[in-house]
Amino acid sequence: MTDSKYFTTTKKGEIFELKAELNSDKKEKKKEAVKKVIASMTVGKDVSALFPDVVNCMQTDNLELKKLVYLYLMNYAKSQPDMAIMAVNTFVKDCEDPNPLIRALAVRTMGCIRVDKITEYLCEPLRKCLKDEDPYVRKTAAVCVAKLHDINAQLVEDQGFLDTLKDLISDSNPMVVANAVAALSEIAESHPSSNLLDLNPQSINKLLTALNECTEWGQIFILDCLANYMPKDDREAQSICERVTPRLSHANSAVVLSAVKVLMKFMEMLSKDLDYYGTLLKKLAPPLVTLLSAEPELQYVALRNINLIVQKRPEILKHEMKVFFVKYNDPIYVKLEKLDIMIRLASQANIAQVLAELKEYATEVDVDFVRKAVRAIGRCAIKVEQSAERCVSTLLDLIQTKVNYVVQEAIVVIKDIFRKYPNKYESVIATLCENLDSLDEPEARAAMIWIVGEYAERIDNADELLESFLEGFHDESTQVQLQLLTAIVKLFLKKPTETQELVQQVLSLATQESDNPDLRDRGYIYWRLLSTDPVAAKEVVLAEKPLISEETDLIEPTLLDELICYIGTLASVYHKPPSAFVEGSRGVMHKSLPPRMGSDESPESPDTAPSGGPAADQPSVIPTQGDLLGDLLNLHLGTPVSAPPVATPTVQMGAVDLLGGGLDALMGGSDGIFVPAPNTAAPTNVGPPLGTGLGDLFDLTGGVGTLSGSYVAPKTVWLPAMKAKGLEISGTFSRQVGSISMDLVLTNKALQVMSDFAIQFNRNSFGLAPAAPLQVHAPLAPNQSVEISLPLNTVGSVMKMDPLNNLQVAVKNNIDVFYFSTLYPLHILFVEDGKMERQMFLATWKDIPNENETQFQIKDCSLNADAVSSKLQGSNIFTIAKRNVEGQDMLYQSLKLTNGIWVLAELRIQPSNPSFTLSLKCRAPEVSQYVYQAYETILKN
Amino acid sequence: MIHSLFLINCSGDIFLEKHWKSVVSQSVCDYFFEAQEKAIDVENVPPVISTPHHYLISIYRDKIFFVSVIQTEVPPLFVIEFLHRVADTFQDYFGECSETAIKDNVVIVYELLEEMLDNGFPLATESNILKELIKPPTILRSVVNSITGSSNVGDTLPTGQLSNIPWRRAGVKYTNNEAYFDVVEEIDAIIDKSGSTVFAEIQGVIDSCIKLSGMPDLSLSFMNPRLLDDVSFHPCIRFKRWESERVLSFIPPDGNFRLISYRVSSQNLVAIPVYVKHMISFKENTSSGRFDVTIGPKQNMGKTVEGVVMTVHMPKAVLNMNLTATQGSYTFDPVTKVLTWDVGKITPQKLPNLKGIVNLQSGAPKPEENPSLNIQFKIQQLAISGLKVNRLDMYGEKYKPFKGVKYITKAGKFQVRT
Repeated sequence: MTDSKYFTTTKKGEIFELKAELNSDKKEKKKEAVKKVIASMTVGKDVSALFPDVVNCMQTDNLELKKLVYLYLMNYAKSQPDMAIMAVNTFVKDCEDPNPLIRALAVRTMGCIRVDKITEYLCEPLRKCLKDEDPYVRKTAAVCVAKLHDINAQLVEDQGFLDTLKDLISDSNPMVVANAVAALSEIAESHPSSNLLDLNPQSINKLLTALNECTEWGQIFILDCLANYMPKDDREAQSICERVTPRLSHANSAVVLSAVKVLMKFMEMLSKDLDYYGTLLKKLAPPLVTLLSAEPELQYVALRNINLIVQKRPEILKHEMKVFFVKYNDPIYVKLEKLDIMIRLASQANIAQVLAELKEYATEVDVDFVRKAVRAIGRCAIKVEQSAERCVSTLLDLIQTKVNYVVQEAIVVIKDIFRKYPNKYESVIATLCENLDSLDEPEARAAMIWIVGEYAERIDNADELLESFLEGFHDESTQVQLQLLTAIVKLFLKKPTETQELVQQVLSLATQESDNPDLRDRGYIYWRLLSTDPVAAKEVVLAEKPLISEETDLIEPTLLDELICYIGTLASVYHKPPSAFVEGSRGVMHKSLPPRMGSDESPESPDTAPSGGPAADQPSVIPTQGDLLGDLLNLHLGTPVSAPPVATPTVQMGAVDLLGGGLDALMGGSDGIFVPAPNTAAPTNVGPPLGTGLGDLFDLTGGVGTLSGSYVAPKTVWLPAMKAKGLEISGTFSRQVGSISMDLVLTNKALQVMSDFAIQFNRNSFGLAPAAPLQVHAPLAPNQSVEISLPLNTVGSVMKMDPLNNLQVAVKNNIDVFYFSTLYPLHILFVEDGKMERQMFLATWKDIPNENETQFQIKDCSLNADAVSSKLQGSNIFTIAKRNVEGQDMLYQSLKLTNGIWVLAELRIQPSNPSFTLSLKCRAPEVSQYVYQAYETILKN
Repeated sequence: MIHSLFLINCSGDIFLEKHWKSVVSQSVCDYFFEAQEKAIDVENVPPVISTPHHYLISIYRDKIFFVSVIQTEVPPLFVIEFLHRVADTFQDYFGECSETAIKDNVVIVYELLEEMLDNGFPLATESNILKELIKPPTILRSVVNSITGSSNVGDTLPTGQLSNIPWRRAGVKYTNNEAYFDVVEEIDAIIDKSGSTVFAEIQGVIDSCIKLSGMPDLSLSFMNPRLLDDVSFHPCIRFKRWESERVLSFIPPDGNFRLISYRVSSQNLVAIPVYVKHMISFKENTSSGRFDVTIGPKQNMGKTVEGVVMTVHMPKAVLNMNLTATQGSYTFDPVTKVLTWDVGKITPQKLPNLKGIVNLQSGAPKPEENPSLNIQFKIQQLAISGLKVNRLDMYGEKYKPFKGVKYITKAGKFQVRT
């Protein structure tokens, strides 16, 4: 007799039959009927029509029947709120039942009924259950608070349940503690600024005690909560680590990974000279490796996290290379991750093993995996210099297999190897050329063309080869077309005599017959360069290229540090900070690693320090979280040759008319070398370096004068005398060298003397609060006024206001208390260290999703770009870079609010147009509008 | 936390859904189906999928996808561990975790899911506690229930739920008190073409079946505990005792459970009990090839290697295989291209051999890949790492239990490259 009988349908009126059975007098029949209803519900059938009949079965002392009815209720109460209310009485009664199981069940079920009317009735029983004598009921009630908060947050706050919940953290029963922590964490997620989980050494101690005794799931909640704590010194950090370490041997992998997170984070505070530091490093390796013997899904998540850990602390797993070797029946997603980590761990010591493995993988069946393996060989060559030769020969062996996709991948990576070790392995070019015909993927074709162009002088028939590609120029992808154009120009510069025709052909194809602006522009540049000054052209086009390095595929260090704080979470799987993707993470809480203490090291731990020297002077595309094996070809496209400054060539403007204005865009900051039409007559002297594209974008002279403080608006009347029994208050806000103040004028317009002034602010969005009491020294006589500057700070309590910059103030004197509200300009919150590094700026700009970008128009502003940037700098809006695009000035600016929110801005100024366009990007887009208002106020005054 | 759960079978039917918060429409599974289609093979569906409003975290077990829907930042491992626990519980309750079993017991399944998770937080996941709350179905009970009208839901508070030993219920009583331990070791290894070991490690577990009355306090000691340096423990084990004395001291759960799992990895410790001589080659342009494999015993510590099975995924171009086995029988599935050779026991006097001709598709190019050989075997009475239990002591109870330890070594992911 199985439950499958419940699925068999009889004839037509199924619902009708069930209804009859539910109303039957026989208990047994009733129960069977409810079971049938539940069975239908589980497969998504709509049985909501039976609601009243099922609810009627609720008043029973049969626990199973009760549970079944509860199950049904939870599912359908939402659609039948009026009917659901009928069940309330039973719930309230059950909450008083002598059996704790029933009390808990009732409070649990009530929380799951997401009907407003019911939640009101829930409060009293819940309050009782939170203080129930039975811990089983208390722990169930703790979770119920979280449920209720999800339905009606205000109600929970008003009823003071949050405080009760906080008290439960000190409960005697570890399970209750764990559930309270879980509930608070969930609530805190929707209230990022509230200090719900205000941890101090005492509460930490309680949590650590509970950690040893609660269930595995409770341990996860507690560990995740511990990870948010910031120990006050290295001693405390070490003692927490010591108590967390035993969790590494837990059978539940989620417990292990949460423990790893806590340890990785607190380790940051320990001095590296400490013996304990070394012990801890040793203890971390085995549990991480053990995770890899679990089910494939667990392995996948573990591998994504290990990927972060080996970047942060490569020493932990450096001897464990072999566990990442791929087994042929691993799922593909595990294989690809293992491969990634293998390259990260590759070093001179183990490279032989790694290469042997990779070669093995290159003969597997799965095409994606084989491709990645081939690429990995190239990465090894770039990472471990001593192995380059072996890698190249391995790749050549693979090319000999003639398997089409293997050959193509190999050519792509060999091109990268050439970029890393120029003039070393060119002997293989002949072999590569043999495979020219089999290349059908754009990436491989482009790579091959690049090689031919770059080494044109060593390939006798380079012109023929390139010409053969040129025949199908129109059918090629843009990538290939661009490469082909560059390669032919290179060839021309190397062998000018034989290839004139070819270069003309490609230039006209690119400039006249293509719809692609990139291609056209690049064509024009070459054309102009070639026709004006072939010597300069040679220096630009054939300039030495910066060497590529393996750092390009590492995660950017600040992001990495943030991700380490998110080990074990979705963020660690996606390698993106949660703010970038988690919907409903309403506020931006950036986590950061604690600074190291007790040693003379810089706060940044040394192994994460600069993300790569070469990247610094090559400010091009930094693939922040790009795929490890990402393509390096694009780097070439994105990094226009960084040429040494050309020795002031004289440009004959007559020859270059065809270029129009498009060029300026590419020339970046060099202020209009090729000025269009107006002054064509006179030859222009060209000074600045050519073709540095993006590189120049950020080349801004920093000579912007700093003003002493930010803009201060004139005082306005905030509290008219009429409303305040004769006290008039007018005022404004100012910011000077890092301190905010509220400048007030108090005027006594009454007939009596005023004294005993005091001021208080309501909670507000940025926690503004008076830093000192309001001091009016002498009593204020009638018709007298006094000017006061009240210093403010931003450590007050925070509550989001609407509008965001609304501030509610209460002023008291001997007569009465008066209330007014005012709007403060946001720029008083812009802090002095709001200048972002260029690299950071680029990365952050890209990182913030486009939905967060807002555009505004600033009308009627007649300032030029320099004036604008110096004016804004006065108010702590910093210009990071400036460039000129098609006659417009683009200013890239950053600012930081007192609460750490960064706002990035792009300000577009057209010389002839008094309207500026302001694009703002911020992780908390709600501030954008107010930042715009600040811009407008500053610029217009 | 976990929002909803969908159970989906291999043909893409959602046959069960359960929501712990608001109801999420079935249509969210479309993203999963999309990923499934892309992955082609069921095993290759990525475990974490993001959709515009939700995240789908799934596991694949016993031909069923367990797809959970989450909405906020939740540790994925937490979800995956939980899903595996759900599958384990079904297995435990119904003897198998299959679509039929779940459908046959749908109401119990629903009750279980409700007990296991509350508002997305795990509630009771220990099988001991669950069994007190909801009795597993037995034929006898359902007959009795239908006569007496009693139910299979317990109406007392599960005793273990609140005690410091949540894994054990009170009042356990047996007439025969017994404690059995199975030391099971699996060898994971990759052997390269030339027969040398690329990678080898031992994954060991000690599974226990303990039927002891009352509240026994056990300690289990080993002859050579130093072998165990990477161990995961059942929560019942006292970590401090292990750290200081290398003794497993615990109050056991009732019934079957995994006491510890461990890993022994340093290469020289891992003995490889079999060797394989192989010759697989494809001739250019003749659409045929040769296949010749011999398996023999190596460091087997004088025990018999038995239950040997070899499986090979042959390249796609292989049409058929004409082989002769000196021992056991072989099958070749021309659809999946899997060759299975059931060898049985290896006798060192006459080594099992399988050889013959491989027929390729005519005109197809010579296959590039070299098929890996997957070997399974068993060795009774041996823990290949050398781990040995010294003694088991019981405190806290008066009676004398029956004790027993069994050792077995198996092949895990044991692969030989050709």
